[in-house]
Amino acid sequence: MNPTQFQQVSEVEWRIAPFGKMRVPAVIYADERLIREMDDKVYEQLTNVATLPGIVQAAYAMPDAHWGYGFPIGGVAAFDADEGGVVSAGGVGFDISCGVRTLHTGLKAADIAPLKQRLADRLFAHVPAGVGSTGLLRLNASEMDAMLRGGARWAVEHGYGSEADLERIEEHGCMVGAEPDKVSDQAKRRQRDEIGTLGSGNHYLELQEIVEIYDTKAADRFRLQLGEVVVSIHCGSRGLGHQIGTEFLRQMVIAAPGYGIDLPDRELACAPIKSPLGETYLGAMRAAINCALANRQVITHLTRQVFADVLPGTHLTLIYDVSHNTCKLEPHTVDGQSRRLYVHRKGATRAFGPGHPALPNDLRDIGQPVLIGGSMGTASYILVGTEEGMTRAFSSACHGAGRAMSRHQATRQWRGRALVDELASQGILIRSPSLRGVAEEAPGAYKDVSAVVDAADRAGLARKVAKLKPLVCIKG
Amino acid sequence: MSQTAESDEDGVYWTHFPHQADMGVRGVGPTREAAFEQAALAMTAVVTDPARVAPDTAVTICCDAPDDELLLVDWLNALILEMAARHMLFSRFEVMLDGQRLTATAWGEPVDLVRHQPAVEIKGATYTELNVGRTESGRWQAQCVVDV
Repeated sequence: MNPTQFQQVSEVEWRIAPFGKMRVPAVIYADERLIREMDDKVYEQLTNVATLPGIVQAAYAMPDAHWGYGFPIGGVAAFDADEGGVVSAGGVGFDISCGVRTLHTGLKAADIAPLKQRLADRLFAHVPAGVGSTGLLRLNASEMDAMLRGGARWAVEHGYGSEADLERIEEHGCMVGAEPDKVSDQAKRRQRDEIGTLGSGNHYLELQEIVEIYDTKAADRFRLQLGEVVVSIHCGSRGLGHQIGTEFLRQMVIAAPGYGIDLPDRELACAPIKSPLGETYLGAMRAAINCALANRQVITHLTRQVFADVLPGTHLTLIYDVSHNTCKLEPHTVDGQSRRLYVHRKGATRAFGPGHPALPNDLRDIGQPVLIGGSMGTASYILVGTEEGMTRAFSSACHGAGRAMSRHQATRQWRGRALVDELASQGILIRSPSLRGVAEEAPGAYKDVSAVVDAADRAGLARKVAKLKPLVCIKG
Repeated sequence: MSQTAESDEDGVYWTHFPHQADMGVRGVGPTREAAFEQAALAMTAVVTDPARVAPDTAVTICCDAPDDELLLVDWLNALILEMAARHMLFSRFEVMLDGQRLTATAWGEPVDLVRHQPAVEIKGATYTELNVGRTESGRWQAQCVVDV
């Protein structure tokens, strides 16, 4: 994008004053290089979001923003139900509650070096990944509804993890307000055997080494040590979330004119929060959030089984679990007034600062761990929510690197086998059922995650705590 | 596998077009039906080479929509649901249209990870770059971006 079309507020904040049907300004947090690299569609989509009824304060884009569906990926917008605010299926996206969790292993990179190949092979064999893969669980109708109501809590109650895990998950592992009866039979059919599966595309399970600490105080509180190996799991609500997204997007496209909503783009399909369709979507979407939380919890259990077998005595403890495609009702202060807002984060991570009541007791004084995933060959980061961030973009930060190149371009530029070999020579073991999938997910097809995270840090959205380097990557 | 046009003498073909994060699928043919069939083939090609998928098992699909474009999205989403729920891939399609009502048969087989080497799972067909209409040459074109 051309930076001259923005008002530059600071080195990392760019503003578009309202024009046309925009109800609020649009704000992008990024440095000039990231702005120049962003697709023009980000400008168009963000200004479209700013036209939606009931939007509060501004439409925001994170430093990793790129062309999405209706909302840009990396888009954040909050709506007030009492002011005709809307909930948008496009603003949440197809992969509802896709997110990242990271676990301590208590091991040093040197400890696992001789066992790296074995761990990679065992994890690849034990954690179902890729197209057509199925999990070990088969859920009947009542079990499906219990899972959709209970989320990670349901998984823990069925022996997949412990109570301690739940404390380190957003919503304490269980999204309140989930309504399984608002989820279609088709969505449930799609999920019947998918609990505990990684999926494909940019989803992964990685072993990573902490290679840099930026904030020793926060790192101590998160118990992060240089050289320690952590496990990160990136996946979402699988087929159930995809189907809910598909069905409600269609319903909202057709219903929007009846609600007097003039959609600038069909993908922005939405319905008033206070409408039967809006309320039905929220009930179904919250059930999908629980599906994602249960899914990551079961995958965590599978990962623990592999570690218990390969490295007996290892205890994997959860650092935190974040979701980055959600709409959540949260209290926020706007112009000195406390308001309850429906905050859409599409490819953006919640980043609550110190003192937030939603944080677990032992992290409340330091702030929320913010987990930023990289791509196969590049770094991931752990940040912490800040006081300053609570006044910006409704406590939100970036979620990853963001694609810089289409899958088509990536497969023209790279070959899967050559990439796997090249990464192996750098000490990064890749396991994937598809070499073409590896090529499409080539690290070079993504933006520079370090530049994205630096911009988020400089903009005060969240503060850098630690950098993680991949050692093993299981790709779907 | 090709990600560009696979053309035959009758001007019936599918192609992919780029999208920053995902993939565009386009079907072209002399009729709306042919364009819808080719768009479905293009979608299979996002996952694997359609030539590797044996058309052994038939699945019937019916849907209707207020207009041609929503019908294309509904058709592709109905296929995505069947692919996901049955763990199948499809390589042959027969579409019949009566106004905005679609009746179709898709033939395929269960996913075989080794033989199909599926690259990516499709989450849903979207309204992005969505178009159903005639090209300058009078052929029908049906296209949209699919989220992967």
